[in-house]
Amino acid sequence: MEKKIIATTSLAGCFGCHMSVLDIDERILELIELVEFNKSPVDDIKTFTKPVDIGIIEGGCCNSENVEVLRSFRKNCKILISLGECAIMGGLPALRNGIPIEECLNEAYINGPTVGLNTQHILPNDDELPMLLDKVYPCHEIVKIDYYLPGCPPSAELIWDALVALITGSKLDLPYEVIKFD
Amino acid sequence: MKDRIIEIISKYNGDSTRLMDILHDIQAHAGYIDETTIAFLADKLTLSAAQIKETVSFYHFYSDKPLAKVNIYLNDSVTANMNGRKEVLKAFEDACGIKIGGVTTDGNIGLFSTSCIGMNDQEPAAIINDRVFTRLTAYRAKQIINALKQGQQVQELVVEECGDGNNALPIIDAMVYNNIRRKGALLSHDYPLFAVIKDILPKTSSEEITDIITESNIRGRGGAGFPTGLKWKFGSRAKGEHRIIICNADEGEPGTFKDRVLLTEYPEMVFEGMVTAGYAVGADIGLLYLRYEYKYLLVYLNGILENMRKNNFLGQSIAGIGDFDFDIRIQLGAGAYICGEESALIESLEGKRGEPRDKPPFPVEKGYLNLPTVVNNVETLATVVKIIKNGAAWYNQLGNKDSVGTKLLSISGDCRFPGIYEVEWGLKISDILAMCGANEVQAIQVGGPSGTLLGEKDFDRELSYSDLPTGGSMIVFNKNRDLLSEVVLNFINFFIEESCGTCSTCRNMPYVLRGKLLKVITGRGVKNDIEDMVNWANLLKVSRCGLGQTAANPIVSSIRNFRHLYDALVQKEIEYDSGFSLETSVLESCKAVRRQPLFHHNA
Repeated sequence: MEKKIIATTSLAGCFGCHMSVLDIDERILELIELVEFNKSPVDDIKTFTKPVDIGIIEGGCCNSENVEVLRSFRKNCKILISLGECAIMGGLPALRNGIPIEECLNEAYINGPTVGLNTQHILPNDDELPMLLDKVYPCHEIVKIDYYLPGCPPSAELIWDALVALITGSKLDLPYEVIKFD
Repeated sequence: MKDRIIEIISKYNGDSTRLMDILHDIQAHAGYIDETTIAFLADKLTLSAAQIKETVSFYHFYSDKPLAKVNIYLNDSVTANMNGRKEVLKAFEDACGIKIGGVTTDGNIGLFSTSCIGMNDQEPAAIINDRVFTRLTAYRAKQIINALKQGQQVQELVVEECGDGNNALPIIDAMVYNNIRRKGALLSHDYPLFAVIKDILPKTSSEEITDIITESNIRGRGGAGFPTGLKWKFGSRAKGEHRIIICNADEGEPGTFKDRVLLTEYPEMVFEGMVTAGYAVGADIGLLYLRYEYKYLLVYLNGILENMRKNNFLGQSIAGIGDFDFDIRIQLGAGAYICGEESALIESLEGKRGEPRDKPPFPVEKGYLNLPTVVNNVETLATVVKIIKNGAAWYNQLGNKDSVGTKLLSISGDCRFPGIYEVEWGLKISDILAMCGANEVQAIQVGGPSGTLLGEKDFDRELSYSDLPTGGSMIVFNKNRDLLSEVVLNFINFFIEESCGTCSTCRNMPYVLRGKLLKVITGRGVKNDIEDMVNWANLLKVSRCGLGQTAANPIVSSIRNFRHLYDALVQKEIEYDSGFSLETSVLESCKAVRRQPLFHHNA
């Protein structure tokens, strides 16, 4: 069987989902027999170098760079998976969605109790910086997402089972405990 | 201020379940209810500050911030918008120099939006310092503001115009119109005041009264249609130190205004119905929950109750029946659609947020203060009087087989004669449309936003509990209306505004569905969006109460009956479009940090 090409990225996430990928432990050796990683923090490849079969997205979109990366994943990957709470629903970063953006920025850079060095009260506005979006978006509100793996983070078992099912074309068993958290 | 609060509390005997009244009095005195007041109240009523804050923040008509001296609440119902609300709003805004939601800098005038106020047949309407102003125009709005600026009182402005019937009584003095267009068994003139209490109750046992109601086959007129006789039987069998009769006069379903007309023209009949129910169920406490929007009727209604007490139609040993004690108190709401749901209404009566309870137990077993409680609609209770007087057999002749009797319809929208029509069940939609003078009809909303939107192919269907049940709200739309952006969007906004927030489904899903709807309306939708809306709406079925369960009805029923409108708007050539625009979504943050948006389109 030809190796499937995988790409991964973390957008507005905490890298916890990527850590969970690593939690498959020694099975990573098995995995590497099945897949080849392309653009991903795992191998530090920065740009797509060939068409990818499966793109795995951690985190939602909070700024313009997230959107551009996500769009490039959609363009270069046959299948896209939203991995974890933030990619699927916006997660913790989306807590800012109820607060006007100016208020968020003022709290973070001007009024917050830990803001000491910003004596000139500057809000970050360099053209090199990504632009913040009006709210944090789940990935499927930006591009089409094919599969969703829930969890915060999704367990290594779930990630492993899902990848194996996808790669081998077998059926994925999602027991109740895996998708129900409260 | 503290002295005044102590006075108010003692007026209600320090009873914390009367929190609604206490808050109304404080709001009337101070103009708002602030943190200090809440802390002080909490201390005196032995409630937590959080409990009081919960109640204050729940209702539209309490405020924790100072309002203006004169507060204008402009109705935002669909018919208000169809009748030129936009121009009226602009006139108000221009004349005051503020935007809606704001207060003038001198603190004299505040301008706010509010959900349907029960004046659908005389829109656009507004509540200004508890007085209702109907059929507003841009000119009239300007005139009102000018008069207010010159120091005229709101009351003086009402005098310029007066409604029909009892609305013209000095004690009501409202520019509200009854618009009764058709009378039937309920609204007919053969109503000798209190004859049932005087002549029939003393000669009839409470079981016999319940039997007559059961045999009459009348079902609840609020919309849900539970058999009234059965409800009374359950109530009379439940054990409790007291039993309670509640008259639900919180009609908040947009487009319905029949209870307002009943309470204006036939209040004695409604109260007599409550006494009859009290007698049948063995209750001693009667409560009428009046929506805040109808506060202008409060003094008038209390006067009638006072008269009834004088004549021994209320109080101890009513009509000489030795052990029959019953009295009625009117509780004023504070603006919340959800309080029309009976268990939410009961919570509100106890001074809490109007959040529906988990059922069972049903109110007939554990209702108000956990006592057996029968909640009936205004129209049901009024009808009860006619049934007791004329007999179950008489009532069974009216209507059709599975739905006996008559129904009051509140008809509004695109028709020549909006108003109240009493009809027998079984009437066809096409007959209704002809009756109210509606031409070039595109659609009719039956049963308000929580009901269903019907098009021409359904116009031969009949009103009945099994086919087309309705609480009576009928809104007609002609062929020039844009159903999706004028009607469906307004309704879904209403549900978002009025959700109590208890169930996550009802708190979130209507919001998500509105996003999809807007996407379709703005031309970014795809076919899958339509399917998504239908499928996702199913999630709402697990909500606790009727509001949540029906919150997607505007969308689902319009997709079912007007699919072509959706199909015409969605993009045909592509299968997926998220509707997301990077360009617009960064505008706000770029403005906040003062930079120009910059895009790398090669990504």
